[in-house]
Amino acid sequence: MARMKFLCDAERCIECNGCVTACKQEHEIPWGVNRRRVVTINDGVPGERSISVACMHCSDAPCSAVCPVDCFYKTEEGVVLHDKDLCIGCGYCFYACPFGAPQFPQAGAFGVRGKMDKCTFCAGGPEQDRSEAEFKKYGRNRLAEGKLPACAEMCSTKALLGGDGDVLADIYRERVTVRGKGGEVWGWATAYGPAPGKGQAPAGPAPKAGGQKS
Amino acid sequence: MTKQLVAVVLAGMVALGLSACGERPQVVNYKQGAYQGKPDSRPWENSQFNNNKEEWERAIRTRNQAQNEYKRT
Repeated sequence: MARMKFLCDAERCIECNGCVTACKQEHEIPWGVNRRRVVTINDGVPGERSISVACMHCSDAPCSAVCPVDCFYKTEEGVVLHDKDLCIGCGYCFYACPFGAPQFPQAGAFGVRGKMDKCTFCAGGPEQDRSEAEFKKYGRNRLAEGKLPACAEMCSTKALLGGDGDVLADIYRERVTVRGKGGEVWGWATAYGPAPGKGQAPAGPAPKAGGQKS
Repeated sequence: MTKQLVAVVLAGMVALGLSACGERPQVVNYKQGAYQGKPDSRPWENSQFNNNKEEWERAIRTRNQAQNEYKRT
C-alpha cells in the first residue's frame, strides 16, 4: 500500500464546511481547536476558490524536524502523528508548518498553551487502539476500523479525497480528463514534493497552466 | 511501650525505604533526531483485523474506491 494523503479539489469545494463539522463531531474537538478548516481565496471575486486545509501528513514533515522534544513519528502508512505525553506545547511546529495545522488549546488562565493538537488522519495516536485514552487524547481511530478520515468520507461533492495517494491520483486524473480543466492540486507539491535538489516529485496529477499553485 | 515505639519506628523506616520503589522515571533519555515517545501499534493489529494486513488493505481499498463517483454508479 502506498502512502496516505489528502487531496482537495478546488473546482469542487463549495465551502459547506461539512468536513470541518465531520471532524469536530467525530473527535469531539473542543471549542477553539480546528483540526480542519475551509479557506477561501479571492472571496467575493469572480473565480474565487475554496480549499479544505488540515495537516497534510507531509513526506518530509517540517513540524517533526523542528520539534525540540522529538515527539513526532510517521506510521508505515505515512501518517504523521505525535505523542501528547511528550509535547511541551512550545509552538515551534506551528511556525514550521506551511498549512497552519498545529492547534493549541488554552490550558489555563493567562492564555497558557496546552499540548499541540492536529489532524491524525483519523489514525489515533500512541495509545491502545480504540481505547478511551486514545479517544480522549487523539480522537477516534477510524483507520484501525478499516475506514478513511471522516472529513473525506463525509464530503458531499467529493472535493476532499483522503486515502492511498496512488488511488487518489487516479481518481483525480480521471476527473480532470472528463471535465478538461482544473488539474492543479493545492498543497500537493508543498506536502509531498521532493526537498530542494532531491529528485522528482511523486507521480500525481499533471499540473496545468493558468491556475493556482501551491 | 518501648517495644511499640521500636515497632512504629521500624515500620516508618520500612515505609520510607520503599517509598521510592513506585516512582517512575520522569526524564526522557534523549536521543537527538529519534522519536522519543511511546510505540504505536499498526492499524491491522487489533481484534477486528486479527493482524491480517491484507484484509485491512482490502477494506481501505474499498473505501478509497467509494470516493470515485465514476466507479460507484
